[in-house]
Formats: sequence, C-alpha cells, structure tokens
Amino acid sequence: MRRRDFLKGATVLGAGALPFIRSLPASAATDGVVVVAMGQTINSLDIHRSGTNRPSYQVAVNVYDRLVSFGTKTMPDGSLSYDYSVIEPEVAESWEFAADGSAITFKLRPEGKFQDGSPITAEDVKWSFDRAVSVGGFPTVQMKAGSLEKPEQFEVVDEFTFKINLLRPSKLTLPDLAVPVPMIINAKVAKEHITSDDPWATEYLHKTPAGSGAFKVVRWDPGQQLVYERNDGWTSGPVPAVKRVIVREVPSQATRRALFERGDIQVSFDIPNKDAKELSGTDGLTIASTPVENAIYCLNPNLSFEPFKDKKVRQAIAWSVPYEDIFQTAAYGRGVPMWGGPSATPSDIAWPQPFPYSTDLDKAKALLEEAGYKDGFEVPLSIALDQSDWMEPTALLVQENLAKIGIKATIEKIPGANWRTASLVEKRLPLHLETFGGWLNYPCYYFFWAYLEGHLFNSSNYRNEEIETLTGETLYLPVDHPDYAPKIKRMIEIAWDEVPRIALFQPALNVGTRDMSGYEYWFHRQLDARGFKT
Amino acid sequence: MGPRTKLVLYRTLQALPALVGVVIVSFILTRMLPGDPAAYFAGPAATETSIAEIRAAMGLDHPLPVQFLHYVQDLVGGDLGNSLSTGQPVVEELTRRLPASLELTLTALLLSCAIALPMGVAAAVHQGSWIDHVCRGLVTAGVSLPTFFTGIVLVYVFYYLLGWAPSPLGRLDFIYLSPPEVTGFYIIDALLIGDVETAMGAVRQLILPASTLALFTLAPLARMARAAMLQALSSDYIRTARAAGLGEGQVVFGYAFQNAMLPVITTLGMVFSFMLGANVLVEKVFSWPGIGSYAVEALVVSDYAAVQGFVLAMAILFVLLNLVIDILYTLVDPRTREG
Repeated sequence: MRRRDFLKGATVLGAGALPFIRSLPASAATDGVVVVAMGQTINSLDIHRSGTNRPSYQVAVNVYDRLVSFGTKTMPDGSLSYDYSVIEPEVAESWEFAADGSAITFKLRPEGKFQDGSPITAEDVKWSFDRAVSVGGFPTVQMKAGSLEKPEQFEVVDEFTFKINLLRPSKLTLPDLAVPVPMIINAKVAKEHITSDDPWATEYLHKTPAGSGAFKVVRWDPGQQLVYERNDGWTSGPVPAVKRVIVREVPSQATRRALFERGDIQVSFDIPNKDAKELSGTDGLTIASTPVENAIYCLNPNLSFEPFKDKKVRQAIAWSVPYEDIFQTAAYGRGVPMWGGPSATPSDIAWPQPFPYSTDLDKAKALLEEAGYKDGFEVPLSIALDQSDWMEPTALLVQENLAKIGIKATIEKIPGANWRTASLVEKRLPLHLETFGGWLNYPCYYFFWAYLEGHLFNSSNYRNEEIETLTGETLYLPVDHPDYAPKIKRMIEIAWDEVPRIALFQPALNVGTRDMSGYEYWFHRQLDARGFKT
Repeated sequence: MGPRTKLVLYRTLQALPALVGVVIVSFILTRMLPGDPAAYFAGPAATETSIAEIRAAMGLDHPLPVQFLHYVQDLVGGDLGNSLSTGQPVVEELTRRLPASLELTLTALLLSCAIALPMGVAAAVHQGSWIDHVCRGLVTAGVSLPTFFTGIVLVYVFYYLLGWAPSPLGRLDFIYLSPPEVTGFYIIDALLIGDVETAMGAVRQLILPASTLALFTLAPLARMARAAMLQALSSDYIRTARAAGLGEGQVVFGYAFQNAMLPVITTLGMVFSFMLGANVLVEKVFSWPGIGSYAVEALVVSDYAAVQGFVLAMAILFVLLNLVIDILYTLVDPRTREG
C-alpha cells in the first residue's frame, strides 16, 4: 500500500484512532492503539506451513477463528487466563455428540462472515480441516492428538452443518478443536490460489491471511513489525475494544525493558524472569506471571547410559539437586516449586504437582553407595545455548551438588539448532535439561508425550510396561470416568519412584502491561489481543 | 581502451573465479554444519514421518551433488531459494535488509571519517600536542569499548534518562510509514518524494546506532591516518618541498595528505566490509533490521538457503568494494596515472 493511499483511507476511519498520523507522539499510542514488543520474529501468517515458528501462532489466534474456543477465568493474582474447563462457541453456535458417541455435529452461525464479507460455510470448515490433516508436519501431528486424522472424517451435512466422524470417542477431540491449528480458512479465496505444486495454497496464505477473526493484518514487515486492525464485522465474538495493535520485534532484552519503562510500548511480551521480578511492584506497571500449564522444567538422566539404568542412581541425583537455589537463581522465584511433595503417593491427579524429593545429600550418597557407585562417576551435563538464561545457572548449581556426592559432571553447551536433534530426536544426551509442556491440559497427555518409549519428549529413553498400558487406557478416557483418577495416580506414583524426569519447577510466562488491560494468558503462550482494552 | 579501463576490466574478470569458489565453498560449508534443519523446522511435536515429509519438501532427501545441481540451477535463474526461518525468499530479504545495513554502515563511516581524518592529520602535524593526546584517548576508548556496550549505554543515557533520542525501534518509529522503495535508503527515498519529515525521522533513528558504530571504527581510521601522515611528513619529497619554499598548506595537504591517503583507503575498505557483517550486536540493541542479525539467526538454525545467500551477497559486495578501492587507488596514487 502506498503511503498516500493509506492515509487517505485512514481519514475516513477517524483520525483519533490512528497511530500513523504524524502529529501523534510515539508514546501516546493510546485511544484504541496498543503497541506490543516481543523478542522473537513472526515468520509466517499461516500456522499450517512447514517451518512456521511459535511466535507466528498468534496470527492464527487473532486473525482466524475456530469452531470452538475456551472460556476465560480470573487467576488468584487477578490476572486473566483461558479456562480449560469451559468450551465456548466461536464459529459454531452449538454442537452435539451422536448418541453412540461416533460423531460430533456442529451448527455454524448462519450470520458468520469472513473478513471479505462472504459467509462461513461448512465447506470452508471441511477444506480447512482437510488441509490441517494433509499438509504434514506440526498441524497434522496436533490434529492427530485429537483423533482427527483423515479427510474422510469431515463431512458437510448442509451449508451450515458440519459433522466430524470420530475414529474413537476421546476427551481430547473437542479441546483440540480450540487450539490454534484447526483454524477456519476462507476456502473460496484460498482455492483461487491453488496450483498443481501447491494444492493447499500455502504460498498464498503464508503472506495473505484469509480468515474471519477479530483482527485483520494491515501490514507485515518481516523481521520488524506486524500491524493488526480490528475487524469491525467480527461475527464470532464481541468486536475488540482496540482499533489497532502494533507488534514490534525488538530482539534486545535491555531495549525492550527501556521501551516498557519509558511507556513507549504498552505490552512487553514474554519478559525474562529477572526483569519480571525487578519490575513487579513498580507503579503503573502490571506484571502477570502465569505458571505455564502442564509444563515442567526437568533434569533428565538418560536410561540408555549405564549408571542411569539403575533407579537408585536416578533417585540419588533427584535427592542431590539444590531445588530452592535453582528456583531462586534460574527462575527468580517466578513459577511453581516442583519439589518437596509430602508423600510418595499422590493424593489427587493434579499435574504437575511437587515430586517427593528435596535436597538431601546424605540420602543421595547412601543411594549411590547402594547402587555400587560409592566413588561416583563422570557424566556430561548438556544444556541448550539458546535457553542458557535458565539452563546455565541451573546446570552450574546441579554440577556443584553432584560434585558433593562424588559425581563429576562437565557442562556441555549445544547450539540451538542441534539441541532438538540431539536431545529429542536422537535422544543421545546422558544427562540434560528438558522443558516439555503439553497444550492439552491432561496428565495423560503429558505422559503420552514424555513417558512413553520412543515418543518425542521422552528424551530419557524411559520404558515402563505399566505406564505404557495405563497411558493408553487413560488417554481417551473422560476425566470423570471412575477408572481415570486411580490409573493416573498410579502413573504419577511410578513416575515419582522411577524418576526418569526429575522435576525442578513449573515455569511461568511473564507479560508486562501498562496503560491498558485485558491481557489473557493462553496455553499457546502467544499474544491474544482480542480482549485488549485501553 | 586506456590502461585504466583495462585495469578495471581485468580486476572484474579476476573476481569471477572467486565468486565460483564462494558458491561451492558456501554450499559445502553449510552442509557441514551440525544439526538437522528438517528436524528443527518440523516443530516441537513432530514425529518421524513429519520430519521425513519436511526433509523431502526441503529437497534434503537427495544426495549432495544433486542438491548442488538444483542450487546452481536456481542461482542461474536469480533464485536464491526460500529462507525457512523467516519464511521469505532470500533475494527479497537481502534486498530489504542490505540497504538497512548499508545505510547504517555508510552513515557511521562518514561520521567516523569526518572525525578521524582531521583528527589523525592534526595529531600528526602537531605531534605530542594536546590534540595528539585527545586522539590517543579517543582511539583507545574506541577499540576497548565493545559496540553492544556502547550501544546500551547510549540508549540508557540518551533515550531512557534524557529522553532526547527516539525509541530504539529500528529504522523508523511506528508513527511513520516507510517511504516507497527506490534505493532502499530511507533518508534518500523520503527526500525523493519530498517528505522531509520522514527523512528527519529516519535521521533521528540513525544517530545513536551510527554513533555507536562510528566510535568503534574511529580507532583504526584515526590511527592509520596519523601514522601514514607522520610517515609522509618525514619523507624526502616533503623535505624537498619545504626546502623549495612551498607553503605549509601546500606541503601538508597537497603532498603529504594525498600520499597518506593510500593506506587510509585500504583500511577504510577493510573496516567497511568488516562492519557490514559484524554489527550484529548494534543491530540487536537498536532493533535494526540489518543483514548481520539475519545471517546469524540463519546460521543458528542451519537455514541453508539464507546462509548461502548471505555469503554470496557479501562476496559480491566485497568484489565490488575491492574494485572501487582499486579505482580510488588509481585516482589517488600518482604512479598509476596515465602518462
């Protein structure tokens, strides 16, 4: 868009709401405009494309709608969070399960409109879902988590009725429709850009969103900024209170902090724990630190390597970790402690909950002696360079205490690009730090990814027959089923006793806001601007 | 064809084997990087099959010679491929980011030349005087302060404390729209459409990062200017000129300065090329969308196309730069003049 055309269009919309009017000072981006700074870069406007990075997921949230969404709840500290227990209508106005549980039928809002004004029909939903399960890579894996695996499952009943035939009844299906991936794309627009090489219009949608969401993308300068403008005709929820949201990419932490303190930005997204701690309590600044659901930062001994095959050695390490120091030094006390649980048997199925270990070097030494490693051993302790902000202090503290029980650990730093391959794909790191968090907030979902043999986040190469069976049995079972809680408790008990993953703490997502309200935490840990108010 | 034109043509031809070498070496080197880009780009929840799908989509399932063939084919067609990490064609990205880096680097270089050259010359002419000491102090500060540190200090003082500088948010504050692209240099492009205000906005954004870089490049330039000037002033032809009764101005600027410029131009060329790739830290502090941070981020995630494109662009730039310096030489150096 040429500058002049842009300004011409802008005057029609009313000068008060515009950020690009030159007379407006940089700091006064108020009156319906919110400026957000984040450290990472958005690399695509299409979450289904291979190579799309995490920060780009926010486009799927703000620019596209899904059939359903999660509710909102207020946290104990007064901040807002999405509510996992409530599924709300978005594009669908209602839905019902077939009596035999073999299908879900969604009634779409007849008044539902895409941003170009065309109606949202069941055809669009089907095309979008077909795309998500067919393009491969992350979207396909995520759909599969909800037992959404092949196009034949998705059926257009009539213009506004859409049916999903279920492969199996699963409690994960409906929540999986509310994650960013199954977004609804304007199929009429997308189909015009299909080529024989590109049957899913990935090249077009990569740069040009075609959604029905609360915001439109009016400008995207890759590596610099993304500008959202309110979709005044949003049909899937209340039209946002802010006119425009400007997301600026500011790689330097120090610069982000200066901008935030000076008031030139209203939201500083994902601020480091250290800054969050120092800025909390400053007048006019609100720092929301929300524990990341279903996520634990862990120290993982790898069972493919000799000393760690012995449960006692793993337990010895779990007793040697200086938990409190790590929590204060690496996390600056933001997050939830995951040590010092009162009993070796869980009393409920909350997850994550504190593991029954704490720092007790005598116990650790005794266990090592029992295992026949009285004189200790040597082991590399691997960390990822791109996560060194918390991994490095953690590794140093772990190393120090391991030395006290005779284990000589050498810290090995691995570049970010190799980290994934080394730790998760090849699973070849003897002792390392790991950060898995599950989008779908169920303990069985966490176990599925992190404790089953061969699964991606089981970087410890752990295998336990009972956990294999129990996870399979609980994964699709409703939470209120009488068998669910006992089975989950048993799984947690085994995971605690055998400790293939030593829990350190539950991390927190820190977001700073000023001169605005309405920030809401989401499990995807990306910006959701729909509730912003100034 | 004059000997000078011949020289220029010869130098250009000499650059071709170098470019071919760069294409081959950058291809092999990026493939030798550890790490599996397919696994990286498949995302956090990828399975074996989805990684394999990505690998095929990236063309990484072919043997290396075939991959190289595809790369050269695309290259001949002017296609440097798509960067996976930024999701953009590499050519597009480079044409957007290179002007940003060039604008910053050239401004910094002009700034540091404007200070370093007069200071170096003055220090040499008045050796041991106060100006010599000031020069020495500034040079020492310049080399010993790392750029990211200077950058953060400047942001802290002039933006955070005093509020004089605009927010360190890249090339333009968000109240301005970038001018229609002609040269890619925001100041020039804005002036071309007569938009003085946007040009001033771009200048304001430039001041701090350019000063940071200038302080860093000041040191080698001032030192080289001083040393070359001292050497020139103590040479025979200056003694002869002075003995012949020429005026001091004519001696210093007419003879000594012109001869002292040769090593300074060489240093300038080196400093310039070094700065283009090495100002990553300044780019990070000032959110500058330059080519250095692009290359580093691409390297970290083994983004082959982007790394190769960057290396190639830099190689071409170096060749051009060397050419320009050679031409400057022929202009400055009396020995290469046509008889």
